[in-house]
Amino acid sequence: MNYQDIRIALKDKVVGIAGCGGLGSNCAMALARTGVGHLVLADHDKLEVANLNRQYFFRDQLGEYKVAALKNNIHRVEPEAIVEAHILKLDPPSVKDLFADCDVIVEAFDTDHAKQMIIETVLSEFPDKPIVSGQGLAGYGDNESIITRRLDNLYIIGDGEREVTEDQPPLGPRVAVVANMQANLVLELLLKDK
Amino acid sequence: MEISLNNRKEIIEQEEIKLDELITLKNYTFRLLVTKVNGKLIRKDARAETIIRDGDDVHVLHMISGG
Repeated sequence: MNYQDIRIALKDKVVGIAGCGGLGSNCAMALARTGVGHLVLADHDKLEVANLNRQYFFRDQLGEYKVAALKNNIHRVEPEAIVEAHILKLDPPSVKDLFADCDVIVEAFDTDHAKQMIIETVLSEFPDKPIVSGQGLAGYGDNESIITRRLDNLYIIGDGEREVTEDQPPLGPRVAVVANMQANLVLELLLKDK
Repeated sequence: MEISLNNRKEIIEQEEIKLDELITLKNYTFRLLVTKVNGKLIRKDARAETIIRDGDDVHVLHMISGG
């Protein structure tokens, strides 16, 4: 597909981004730049200075809700994109409600509990909808351990083992690698029948 | 019996085993897991009643904090 055909094919696509921190902000920006026409963002946090080491935000946005700041950043690149910014802590009913019309859902949460919640909700409520999850991105180096695993409509990207701990913090490059691999897989899913 | 566990063949000595026992047997230590048997999601509270038999396809996924 040439570039124009890709842009046209992506314009009508809807992608849900569950969590707008390190994974979600980087993944959403990559998808918007490529031409995905409609993004549904959900997050309940405000931007803190500690987030700036890996999240796609700027210092003058500190204190803003991440979904609002991310919407602005997307519109600075792609003013035509439709961006829904939902300030809320997702739970099973709101996952079902907000993401019902999405072609693909990106799991971009921080905590293991939230990851489990959305994966179980999507597998049971939307068994035919692809969900792309990030699992294992802490620290630095070890590029070759970051892989994609597929299980029916559930895709898991990451090293599959490195949890965030005090001695293994999340850092910009490895988080953004996983986020951009999530975005790259989303494109593959959105464009596969074209 | 022989099952598929995370896409790998595994020989289990018992004729059948409950899913929560299989998780203990294989030493899956992460706090939070998502489990599927033959393509179907099995939630945590159903693992004790879910019996794994010869030929079953079992997936145990670790939930790993960070994002």
